[in-house]
Amino acid sequence: MRTICFYFQVHQPYRLKPYRFFDIGEDHHYWDDFSNRSIMRKVAQKCYLPMNALLLELINKYNGAFKVSFSISGTFMDQMQAYAPDVLESFQKLVATGHVELLNETFSHSLASLKSKDEFKDLVYKHQAKIKELFNGYTPKVFRNTELIYSDQIGALVAEMGYDAMLTEGAKHILGWKSPNYVYLNSIEPKLKILLKNFQLSDDIAFRFGNKAWNDYPLTTDKFIDWINAIPNEEETLNLFMDYETFGEHQWAETGIFDFMRHLPEAVFTKTNFGFSTPSEVASKISPVGKIHVPIPISWADEERDLTAWLGNDLQDEAFDRLYDLEKLVNTIDDEEIQRDWRYLQTSDHFYYMCTKFFSDGDIHSYFSPYDSPYDAFINFMNVLSDFMIRLKEKTKTLTEA
Amino acid sequence: MKVLMFGWEFPPHISGGLGTACYGLVKGMAHHSQDIIFVVPKLWGDEEPLADFVNASDITIDYREKRFKKFWKNLTYLEVSSFLVPYLGPDEFKKYTDYTIHDRTDVDESVFSNKFEFSGKYGKDLMMEVSRYALVAAHISKAKEHDIIHAHDWLSFPAGIAAKEISGKPLIAHVHATEFDRSGESVNQVVYDIERSGMHAADHIVAVSQLTKNIIINKYGVSANKITVLHNAVLDASIIKSSYKKKVPEKIVTFLGRITFQKGPEYFVEAAKKVIERDPNVRFVMAGNGDLLNRMINRVAELRMGTKFHFTGFLKGDDVDHMYAISDVYVMPSVSEPFGISPLEAVRHNTPVIISKQSGVAEVLNNAIKIDFWDIDSMADAIFALLHYDGISRMFKELGTEELKKLKWEHVAEKLVTVYQKTLQQIP
Repeated sequence: MRTICFYFQVHQPYRLKPYRFFDIGEDHHYWDDFSNRSIMRKVAQKCYLPMNALLLELINKYNGAFKVSFSISGTFMDQMQAYAPDVLESFQKLVATGHVELLNETFSHSLASLKSKDEFKDLVYKHQAKIKELFNGYTPKVFRNTELIYSDQIGALVAEMGYDAMLTEGAKHILGWKSPNYVYLNSIEPKLKILLKNFQLSDDIAFRFGNKAWNDYPLTTDKFIDWINAIPNEEETLNLFMDYETFGEHQWAETGIFDFMRHLPEAVFTKTNFGFSTPSEVASKISPVGKIHVPIPISWADEERDLTAWLGNDLQDEAFDRLYDLEKLVNTIDDEEIQRDWRYLQTSDHFYYMCTKFFSDGDIHSYFSPYDSPYDAFINFMNVLSDFMIRLKEKTKTLTEA
Repeated sequence: MKVLMFGWEFPPHISGGLGTACYGLVKGMAHHSQDIIFVVPKLWGDEEPLADFVNASDITIDYREKRFKKFWKNLTYLEVSSFLVPYLGPDEFKKYTDYTIHDRTDVDESVFSNKFEFSGKYGKDLMMEVSRYALVAAHISKAKEHDIIHAHDWLSFPAGIAAKEISGKPLIAHVHATEFDRSGESVNQVVYDIERSGMHAADHIVAVSQLTKNIIINKYGVSANKITVLHNAVLDASIIKSSYKKKVPEKIVTFLGRITFQKGPEYFVEAAKKVIERDPNVRFVMAGNGDLLNRMINRVAELRMGTKFHFTGFLKGDDVDHMYAISDVYVMPSVSEPFGISPLEAVRHNTPVIISKQSGVAEVLNNAIKIDFWDIDSMADAIFALLHYDGISRMFKELGTEELKKLKWEHVAEKLVTVYQKTLQQIP
């Protein structure tokens, strides 16, 4: 059977508060509790709560024939516990239906896969443990790296860790003439199945849905069904991967995005030969067509679908390298707050704010950034990092003295 | 003696160093019981009552008067829409223009209006304000009796010239900075022309340093005997004992000022790299804002010293004092600095200073290390020495504070009175 696979990324970073040079050495609390809380509450009202309710309704209505999957970052889970227990409860209800799959990622939505195998594994296990704790012992089988970052090497590492499948972007420059609507295999460890995002149809919903300047505006369920039916019959899977905040936050309720989703399953069941599956069902049911070669890491970000949203300019590289210089030292320190801050500082968003690609995707970047400029983001992060380094030094000193 | 003085700003409402210098000077003049009529484009009402303040925005002008018509004709050419901002970086500029536009929506800007509301800012209508200011100056010089006219920097030079034409009294042009200091060789021709005409129309010129005097001679073609050097001073020479403590174990080396071409921030960054290579236990701080800020941040990242080199943004109020207080070395690497008052503030906080030879303050401060702004090796050496060799920094602290006590505005004012007297004697 042909199938649609919905996957939603659910993530919020721990944003840094304005941290001044004068605070270094004195103030060890880095997180903007007020804005983190208020953003979480705002998005909960606009997106998480209404969309979770809608999904639960649809899952019940079709007795599990409609299903979705989530990757919920560890920083999101921590913030849910702190600021939005109602959202946590609604996710727990969804998972309890048995028709919602949870994916594994690094706890802090980090870029560790590009830097340190050990740190990467450690963060993945921490994420796994957190999911177990919050979702009644649930153990994910499918892996989704931060922002769909993937390469042959990263895939091989994930396979080695025992996962069956991994999600990534169906980037044009790696697919060439090939279609994203098949299951592929990692080129080093062929036991790992690779699911590719159909970026055309995914982004029609995620980015273009409410854009009145778009030729296909407004996007109705019928129109979307026509596009699904236009997919050649031999292509078996349609992977629709997007930020969960698409629903109600990036695309406001006024655009009709909730109504679109409410009517989509019915239309799919009656007007197409597609059903719905979770990533692990796709990986087990649909036979792979061949290997996919990705020697250089890709992601789902920006036009380039590469890593330049997070790394590559001097600001990002300096911040990233100085942070991971600390990995060994941090591992020797058994201190809960140090370990927590170390995890939160690794969140990819901090590097995303330092992106200077103003002219192509800068709009998107500035929409998501709490800073006026990438330079402000760099200064703030480095001030915090400088304080963090002082704390590490002090902790090491007390350890050696003791 | 009655002095008619034209300035552009006066504390507490200042955006450049000009206001501070005018304040010190007027305060010093009060010591010598000089009568000063101080004109500024805009008064806010909370200025210290040191002089007979005149608010140019309050003056009503009768445009029918013939002599004014003549000025207006000569001055309207200045009304070019110019985005020239002499003292501010682009960020502040935007804020000021936004403010200016907002501030003025309800004001009739018609050429024929009798009253004109000045913003007194360095906004986009700066040139128009400068010329209007001259017109008002002509009116004031007719209404207020005076013996001599004193105009501070190019913004008020047209006002000084106009006043002189009406009253026939001698004009002193006070040069705090020239267009060459602000813009290097890429000077704004309109500003240069105003500066030049002011200097040539003046009966005598006061320059804030020998360095500035040389520029006036070489670039503006003024003869040396028409120029007197009067160095700036400090408002208060007392040592500031701050209770503010630094929270990092490392020593701190500070740059504090506008991050613009004139201040030479890039040489500080390069020298920092050299010091950090030899001694990683140092933190560098660049405090301030300006059009080169982002370029400096990029360079620091490129040199991979982001955890050792910090940016604070624009500091104000107590933060400025705190910054001086926790600094172990203060560096002013200005490419061209007519005077430069900030090293004296550092000395007041007992912080040893390194200053560029291309600054006016180097002419009065002996207990400082003086380097060429471009010589980053010497700058790094000097920073290293002051951080590590206690003897030299201790000596600077002791002797520097002694030097400060000689730099008083009363002394400057006294010399200025002599300049006035000599100028008046020369007039037939």
